[in-house]
Amino acid sequence: MFAYIVRRLALMLVTLFGISVIIFVLLRVVPGNIVDILFDAAGFVDQADKANLEKELGLSQPIAVQYMQWIGGLLHGDLGYSYVSEKPALQEILPRIPITARLAGLALLFSASIGIPLGVISAVHQGTRLDYALRVVSLSGLSLPSFWLGLLILMASVSLFGSMPIFNPNPATWTEAFAIYCVPAMAVGFRSAALTMRITRSSMLEILRQDYIRTARAKGASETAVNYHHALKNAILPVITVIGIEAAFLIGGLIVTETVFNIPGVARFLVEALRWRDYPIVQNLVMLIAVVVVVANFTVDMLYAAIDPRIRYTD
Amino acid sequence: MRSVRALAAVVASLLTVSGFALAGEPKQGGILKVYHRDSPASASIHEEATFSVNGPFMAVFNNLVMYKQDVKQNSLESIVPDLAESWAWANGGKTLNFKLRQGVKWHDGKPFTSADVKCTFDMLMGKSEQKFRKNPRKSWYNQVADITPNGDFEVAFNLKRPQPALLALLASGYTPVYPCHVSPGDMRTKPIGTGPFKFVEFKANESIKITRNPDYWKKGLPHLDGIEYTIITNRSTAILAFIAGKFDMTFPTEVSIPLLKDVKTQAPNAVCVVEPVNVSTNIIVNSSSPPFDNLDIRRAMALALDRKAFISIMFQGQADIGGTMLPAPGGLWAMPKEMLESIPGYGPDINANRETARKLMEKAGYGPEKRLAVKIATRNIPIYRDPAVILIDQLKGIYIDGELDVVETANWFSKVARKDYSLGLNLTGNAVDDPDQSFYENYSCGSERNYTNYCNKDIEKLIDQQSQEADAAKRKKLVWEIDKKLQEDVARPIIYHSRAGSCWQPYVKGITIMVNSSYNGYRYEDVWMDK
Repeated sequence: MFAYIVRRLALMLVTLFGISVIIFVLLRVVPGNIVDILFDAAGFVDQADKANLEKELGLSQPIAVQYMQWIGGLLHGDLGYSYVSEKPALQEILPRIPITARLAGLALLFSASIGIPLGVISAVHQGTRLDYALRVVSLSGLSLPSFWLGLLILMASVSLFGSMPIFNPNPATWTEAFAIYCVPAMAVGFRSAALTMRITRSSMLEILRQDYIRTARAKGASETAVNYHHALKNAILPVITVIGIEAAFLIGGLIVTETVFNIPGVARFLVEALRWRDYPIVQNLVMLIAVVVVVANFTVDMLYAAIDPRIRYTD
Repeated sequence: MRSVRALAAVVASLLTVSGFALAGEPKQGGILKVYHRDSPASASIHEEATFSVNGPFMAVFNNLVMYKQDVKQNSLESIVPDLAESWAWANGGKTLNFKLRQGVKWHDGKPFTSADVKCTFDMLMGKSEQKFRKNPRKSWYNQVADITPNGDFEVAFNLKRPQPALLALLASGYTPVYPCHVSPGDMRTKPIGTGPFKFVEFKANESIKITRNPDYWKKGLPHLDGIEYTIITNRSTAILAFIAGKFDMTFPTEVSIPLLKDVKTQAPNAVCVVEPVNVSTNIIVNSSSPPFDNLDIRRAMALALDRKAFISIMFQGQADIGGTMLPAPGGLWAMPKEMLESIPGYGPDINANRETARKLMEKAGYGPEKRLAVKIATRNIPIYRDPAVILIDQLKGIYIDGELDVVETANWFSKVARKDYSLGLNLTGNAVDDPDQSFYENYSCGSERNYTNYCNKDIEKLIDQQSQEADAAKRKKLVWEIDKKLQEDVARPIIYHSRAGSCWQPYVKGITIMVNSSYNGYRYEDVWMDK
């Protein structure tokens, strides 16, 4: 097991190196750089000023040199300077991480705490009206885009309560704090909850047909014990996989939700930075997301082993 | 009993009068909350070309002179002193002398002097060691030979030739005086001005905050304690937040006509106005290569335009038809209606225009059997893309099959500069409603925003002639003549001039939306809140 973990960690480093090269090259392949965008806002391109600015920002150097400078800086904890704000990239990125982390964490919590129980209920009551109703809910969760759902929530809060949440880093009341994080988390987590519900349902249905479930019932175990102790424990593995993958894919939903709810997190910041071709921000943020995804995958694998005694990673 | 009633009536009327007086008297205090439409590239007005920068930062600065903030129409007559106490033309209109205000301090406590004026304009003219990263309005000062301070509080602008419009350019919100002792880099991130509000912070994609300058040289001003701009790029979210009362004001001229209806329905007390923004939607034509090097084809295209249809679809009828200069009544330099309608393509009979267009196309060798296929390039933004689609539809009727060529914003100007297009749909914003700004920037031979490289020596002479003309009436006639010729030459056919809405809560007082510029009305020192 130890050797497996070491090998996985080494692979993670190789993966991250590969990702860093891909990010760097792809960013430079995308047409236009920050200087083009800045001059676009000015309505014309002055070639001499453009050349000066490219030199000032280090964009006139060969890509390999730029890459080495970035990686060298990263290893020393220097993420460079934002081209747009001219502030250190770390200073720009750090305060935004907790905001997105809270939102993502709440979205995943919402996804698991709603999706798993409803999936179990749906499976246990297969073919009933309740099952059909829950399946409609899960279908709608998969069909409704989070930006649409977000706008719908905002419109409802304006027309019903005459108010709507605007991001405030220091909420005065619990209601405000709830509105700031929980409501957007529900908007972005609804899709994950629906997916979790569907996977839980199908996994549970498969497990409930197994012989050992029949045996448990024959031995006189209560329905609750059968469903939640015997069945769910075994049905949960694919659900964990889905939640792990969703954690990695959450960033897409967060971008939209942070934009709709005007939450200044990293997801929205990434899109804005991309718009400006603010390389130091984009490449560091994408690397951060890559680290999160790689670590999430690793954690899921470890959880597998911890939950299912049949799974043991060998050398 | 009668005397009691009379007394009550007198008291009531006094209360009413005093109430009115109270309502009309500006109140001090309060933070004006406004949403901002996007995150600007920097805080440096001189380096940017969008009112996303002027909007929040004009209030940090002063100009030498400025347009009176409560007059809707900018003109030479509405220019008032700012950092300059007075001005006078001398030397046959070739020298503009300013007497500067004394005792003015920059927000960091350093004194303002004529040296600041000189170094600001030297930098704008590209004559100083310190350089701007970008200098989009360098051409505004082409006629200024040099700037000579006379002591600490007098300064002279020495011109190569008379240019009465220079004063109009100096009054623009784009022309603040910068401090000599602060680098251009710092002005992008932590601007220092002499204005009514001091810069507090600019968090990209989040907010911009400015606070009352307690030492402002205009005693008693500003009325507000500060202004907070929350950056909300999603327009629906921003409008919903305004309706919910989270903001005192929308970003000026950022409410589209269809959205304005929503605002009025859901927030009926909101004060909303729709005004021209001096931005024209126009066609740029690559006349240096086939097929548009043929004047007949260019003219046919101009004749095919149904401008009213564009305005009806895009603005529910609320936009204006005109030439290069902003149409009346907002614009000061618009051609008279009869003159405008005498230009091919502006006549009211669209069918007759298109019949003429088809004949011109046939003369050029095209017809129902041999249609002309062109790509119509435009930026990947709805306000560009949507009219381009209508244009394609309208050109079908004169044997031109257009195909939309959507260009990412980052590549747009490079593509245009390479002349890598036949037809393009473009938007042109004018900072000042003055022919010198519009003509020199967009139509003068070799100018930076002359995207099509249009160059007509006769027009060039006329542009210089109108620029030197001190008599407003004579200048106007020259401007009409130039504008008419520009349209006849199909230099950059103007489709329409847009209008846009601005809304604020009823307790916000002292807001004036300018009718002939979107760049000059954000000083906000007179704005106050009645709450």
